Amino acid sequence: MKYWETPFGMQKPQVVSGHINILKDRCKGCSFCIDLCPRQVLEYSTDFNEKGYHSPVVANLDACTFCGLCELICPDFAIFVVETNPKEAALVQEK
Amino acid sequence: MQNEICCESPIIAGTAEPETNIQHPMEGLLRMDRMPHIWCSGCGLGSVVTAFVEGLKKAGSDFDKVAVVSGIGCTGRVAGYINLDSFHTTHGRAIPFATGLKMANNDMTTVVISGDGDLFAIGGNHLIHAARRNVDINVICVNNFIYGMTGGQTAPTTPLQARSSTAPYGNYEQPFNLVGLAAAAGASYVARWSAMHVRRLADSIAVAANKKGFCFIEVISPCPTVFARKNMGGTGLDLLKSFGERTVIDHDADPTKIPIGMNDEIVCGNFINEDRPTYWENVQTGIRDAVDKENVYWKNL
Repeated sequence: MKYWETPFGMQKPQVVSGHINILKDRCKGCSFCIDLCPRQVLEYSTDFNEKGYHSPVVANLDACTFCGLCELICPDFAIFVVETNPKEAALVQEK
Repeated sequence: MQNEICCESPIIAGTAEPETNIQHPMEGLLRMDRMPHIWCSGCGLGSVVTAFVEGLKKAGSDFDKVAVVSGIGCTGRVAGYINLDSFHTTHGRAIPFATGLKMANNDMTTVVISGDGDLFAIGGNHLIHAARRNVDINVICVNNFIYGMTGGQTAPTTPLQARSSTAPYGNYEQPFNLVGLAAAAGASYVARWSAMHVRRLADSIAVAANKKGFCFIEVISPCPTVFARKNMGGTGLDLLKSFGERTVIDHDADPTKIPIGMNDEIVCGNFINEDRPTYWENVQTGIRDAVDKENVYWKNL
């Protein structure tokens, strides 16, 4: 059957997913990413990195929308987000 | 709790090297042999570098055709860390060098990234004359209100009553209003953002990269080690948050009437965006006119 326009709700919304990669030993513990994250995804780790700072860890990945603010604001180039499509994310989870 | 999450689902990568061997997107654009950089924890300069690269990506610039020139100071290190054609000039002379570079390679996007002390104290004359001539360069001035690298002396941008090493009872000098000065000297594009507004800053840098004429962008950046320490500002994050709270975005504000006080509001925005003939265009038309006149003179003889 052909529609002259796609009916509302036919296309399933795609849930974004991806990785938050933290280069732990490059972090200087300024906590810009932790405090400025709009969804409170990151928090301080309990252990130290090689410089003696508490680097961030991912605490709540489900809340993350992969906006990339942490990547943009990190002054030490120590965090970046990679958005994957839902299929890829499923494959990774199966491993 | 953390360990449990990390072990169960591999897509949560809280580790240094996740399964996928992807590099940081900035890796190719930075000189990684010089990392980690010297900037303090809580300094906004790294964010400005990321925003600058992001802005160039947005503008669609060819990275082989971008030159970065820096002067002396903490911000002067940007040229050393960024893996583009870059030059670290003598103190205050970033703009004369960039002017020469632009004159010799007119197809290059020439960007000066330097601090307030370099561009407005020792290099103040160069800046106003480059703006007067409307040389086609982009100037990103990172303003941290103080001479950071030399130990926190009073800079031309230190607000009234702010404390510094050379003003232990508070500063009595009126500071420069950088956007006002650049606008009054005749810059084609004038904007002010803080290190908090990384996305807006990247947009401004993208506009400036494709714009002809002298573009001036002031970036207010926290200096946790000297400015915050002398002025009870807390950490770099506290200072950055206070900039965010004090910011009022007004694109129509008159740039000459928005000085930055110690605790006043900071008016940010893209204040001026107009087209004036650039220095290069004036030189070209001037030479062409002169040659035409000469030709007419010799033909008539």
